[in-house]
Amino acid sequence: MLWTDIDRFGLLDPWSVFGRLNRAASGPLASSTSEFPLINVWADGDKMLVTSELPGVDPRDVDISVTGKTVTLRGSRMTEDTCVGECRHRRERWSGTFTRSIELPFVVDQDKVEARYSRGVLHLALPRAEADRPRKIAIQAE
Amino acid sequence: MTDANREMTKKEASIPEGVERTKPRSVFKPDVDIMEQKDDTVLTADLPGVDERSLDITLEKSVITIRGTVAPEIPAGFRLVYGEYAVGDYERAFTLSDEVDKDRIQATVKNGVLKLVLPKAAAAKARRISVTGA
Repeated sequence: MLWTDIDRFGLLDPWSVFGRLNRAASGPLASSTSEFPLINVWADGDKMLVTSELPGVDPRDVDISVTGKTVTLRGSRMTEDTCVGECRHRRERWSGTFTRSIELPFVVDQDKVEARYSRGVLHLALPRAEADRPRKIAIQAE
Repeated sequence: MTDANREMTKKEASIPEGVERTKPRSVFKPDVDIMEQKDDTVLTADLPGVDERSLDITLEKSVITIRGTVAPEIPAGFRLVYGEYAVGDYERAFTLSDEVDKDRIQATVKNGVLKLVLPKAAAAKARRISVTGA
């Protein structure tokens, strides 16, 4: 993940880091391109959902690891390569090994992570760790 | 840092000028590998989110059109904070040569990947022509 030295004074919204990343990726290039596989991140206060389009991958070939606030997706996708010489008319599909790391705004509860792969789309549910939940502070009136 | 050959983006399908789709959903062009083998041509397409029920393949004259619909999975109560791809339907069409045996085309879908086998018509297979002297 590419982190620039952000202004510490203005960072009240933890989700704004994603906006900066999105803009950094799409700014001067004027088109958002990223590495394979493409990911979308959804948030809901206490839970994050990461979806990724990974068609044609055996779920056993994908390695998902969670450490603190970081989720890493690692795996490989090989396309059938029975072709030698002139027989390949088009080759547009991506193949190879991939690694994607996502840093979340909270620590993930590693025991409650759920991963589902259906129709070529990977869905990852990442709940917030109990210890990392914000605590309400009661104000004593005097 | 991303290398140039690792970058990818989802490509919007092109539509003819002045023509609109009835549904306002995005339509994408799926990435495709086409390989020619001895007895058939194999077309493999990436269609994440599509299964055999939501895939529609039609052959009209010599044009084969692949259409896949994807049900949008927007989880209730969640907000998108980082998006690299949009979810939408897929459409792509190819013109087949006369070499394809149109009655024996087979299509299989697994994990969002379509494999289309286009067998070569018997006439297309190489045939030796014997030469007689005159």
